[in-house]
Amino acid sequence: MHHKDFCSLLKKNGFDFCTGVPCSILSNIITYMSGSTEFTYIPATREDEAIGIAVGAYMGGKKPAVLMQNAGLGNSINALTSLVLLYQIPMLLIISWRGYQGKDAPEHLFMGKYMLDFLKVMKIPTEIIEKDILEEQVMRASRIMEEQKTPVALILKKNVIM
Amino acid sequence: VRRYDAVKAIVECLRDEYVIACNGMISRELFAIKDRPRNFYMLGSMGLASAIGLGASLANPTEKIVILAGDGNILMSLGTLATIGKASPKNLIHIVLDNECHESTGRQETSSSVTKLDIIAGSSGFANSTYADSTDTLKKILTKFLLLEGPSFIHVKVDKKRVEVPRVSLAPPEIKDRFMKKLLKR
Repeated sequence: MHHKDFCSLLKKNGFDFCTGVPCSILSNIITYMSGSTEFTYIPATREDEAIGIAVGAYMGGKKPAVLMQNAGLGNSINALTSLVLLYQIPMLLIISWRGYQGKDAPEHLFMGKYMLDFLKVMKIPTEIIEKDILEEQVMRASRIMEEQKTPVALILKKNVIM
Repeated sequence: VRRYDAVKAIVECLRDEYVIACNGMISRELFAIKDRPRNFYMLGSMGLASAIGLGASLANPTEKIVILAGDGNILMSLGTLATIGKASPKNLIHIVLDNECHESTGRQETSSSVTKLDIIAGSSGFANSTYADSTDTLKKILTKFLLLEGPSFIHVKVDKKRVEVPRVSLAPPEIKDRFMKKLLKR
């Protein structure tokens, strides 16, 4: 899928406030959001900061999405467990999957292997993005977020969104 | 200045403003002095009070948001001051009550005895940034900053003295729900 279509899909599902820390896999999406008048994109210094910003934006009436590399999931765990899950705050986490199948630079291999386990332990509903059913996946994520007041993670592998 | 008295002075200046209070003694003192639905008590997620305040201020440009953080909280995420400076919400006031220690865990010292937090904020893009050393000065500055375009920053040095106050007795989802109900006028 083209990154513009992915952003339109987010927009169509009501996501109007994005923040995060870049990853090469998310590069096109973040660059597009930053330049688009349809989105607010706030560049954060850390992924947990992005989550804090998203919590504030949610309480202020926005529907937030946080973009990060899976390395940033490590930085985010306390923000997720002692803020987002504790206060029951819905938000979309778009997490890129570096270290997929052990084929990547050494610093990505551990989180690449265990990312889904970390999400599972936190009981965060998670889906791996597949381009053929992406529209359905974003709709489902949005619905679960709102019905269950929970964060939902969409995992993005390399070369799925161009 | 006792921190309790500084929190009291801040509360006396507020009307309809929304407050994001950091974890630890600051939330507890605010809760004890004047609980109101417009207060968001952050119970965990140390370091994120500034980020939550930033998000809330960007989402609601017409409401004033006041962040109450301690030195421990702000030192944990100094980077957020840069993020605030760049995003530059005009409706945000960031107050730091600095006792140079982690009070609630046994007064272990922080590095804020040498950190000029107001200067860091001022050089990170805050529109107004200053220092207060008494409750009278704090009240004067806050009253002025509430009328100015921000983001604004007030650094207040406070004593290590502690006033015994209870924990925040609200359930976290309730803290969020009543805060949102006011902010979104639902």
